[in-house]
Amino acid sequence: MTAVRVALPTHLRSLAGLQRSEVELTVDGPVTQRSIIDALEASYPALAGTVRDRATDRRRPFVRFFACRQDVSHEPPDALLPDPVATGDEPFVVLGAIAGG
Amino acid sequence: MSSVRLLVGTRKGAFVITSDGARRDWAIDGPHFAGWEVYHLKGSPADADRIYASQTSSWSGQVVQRSDNGGTAWETVGNDFAYAGETGTHQWYDGTPHPWEFARVWHFEPSLDDPDTVYAGVEDAALFRSTDGGATWSEMPGLRTHSTGSSWQPGAGGMCLHSIVLDRSDPNRMFVAISAAGAFRSDDAGDTWKPVNRGLSSQFMPDPEAEVGHCVHHITQHPSRPDTLFMQKHWDVMRSDDAGDSWREVSGNLPSDFGFPIAVHAHEPETVYVVPIESDSVHCPPEGKLRVYRSRTGGDEWEPLTAGLPQADCYVNVLRDTMDVDQLDPCGIYFGTTGGQVYGSADGGDTWSAVASHLPAVLSVEAQLLP
Repeated sequence: MTAVRVALPTHLRSLAGLQRSEVELTVDGPVTQRSIIDALEASYPALAGTVRDRATDRRRPFVRFFACRQDVSHEPPDALLPDPVATGDEPFVVLGAIAGG
Repeated sequence: MSSVRLLVGTRKGAFVITSDGARRDWAIDGPHFAGWEVYHLKGSPADADRIYASQTSSWSGQVVQRSDNGGTAWETVGNDFAYAGETGTHQWYDGTPHPWEFARVWHFEPSLDDPDTVYAGVEDAALFRSTDGGATWSEMPGLRTHSTGSSWQPGAGGMCLHSIVLDRSDPNRMFVAISAAGAFRSDDAGDTWKPVNRGLSSQFMPDPEAEVGHCVHHITQHPSRPDTLFMQKHWDVMRSDDAGDSWREVSGNLPSDFGFPIAVHAHEPETVYVVPIESDSVHCPPEGKLRVYRSRTGGDEWEPLTAGLPQADCYVNVLRDTMDVDQLDPCGIYFGTTGGQVYGSADGGDTWSAVASHLPAVLSVEAQLLP
């Protein structure tokens, strides 16, 4: 069991009813994108399907994952995340792609 | 005294707008789900305070919200819209096969008699049903797996099932419409479906009179005339008097027969409303004049309704699910624009005023009569 931090974009925080920018989650087994999102959806069912597609489990196209200032969006979902994320020293960042005009 | 509640979905949230029966002064509550597109909200005919809302985003997918108190408080319910079995393919814009992929809910149609039962019309086109208040959803696969399904193709807005009509006279009969496939009818409560598009003609198709492929924008029905349907097609306003088995054009003297919404008066089944739009490439009112057209003869003969609507320099669009009527007498009628206005008439369309003027682009309007 590992305690990790996850930073969420504003609209997902609102959907989950969160007042703070990060949540702490307990992850079973290796700390990967998949295990973190599994834990996120288990703790906050309102977020199910909002970060990854319900049918395919793939990251939504306009969502990015950052860890330790690196873009890990295109890493395999079961690849281990950097140690500072696994130890809770750094957050796993879920970010929406920029849209402006 | 009765009151009216408007459920308004917009590009940036939902609004609940209320008035007493006079329908002169309106109170706007919202935005709910600020920043998200809300394609549609609709209340249950069996319990007006039970409302379903489709909250969606290109970033974060589909969320379904439910209210049990008339839109004051909301809770997220199920959003797992899994197609049944092998999904196969439909046609893409260029005619190549494309796998069915769920994108969003375009329309909720609550059951006529059970608040916990609700139908969802989705993109890519399919019909889902929940019997537990939206907690779980099951596809009604007889529609999508119709033998013509592989030839359906998306319209510009996506391949969406946008219209669901539940027949009050026959619980086994229902109608849906899909852009761009056409209209379909079920006579066995949604188990099996048949295309009902005879009489439609669409010049963008290789065979303009083909069984499917028509870009139907909206269909509606008056409860007292279950065999009569009205349709706003991509081009053409159509009417059927045999439950969709055949259609005839009733565009008559409209300045343009392109448009999106179509509605029927609550108490006069031959009184129909449309909002003409210039063309498929110019989604604006003709001549910059926002005009609702009313026919009191079930089509063919139309009169412009302009009092209170902008008659110069108006270039908004009026989308397919943004027009509805209330059940008061005289009948109220409402529509929303992509410019963020919601207009209302408390006298069947003779005069109009702005219910709301500065909302985000309006995607849907539903009217509820409250005791």
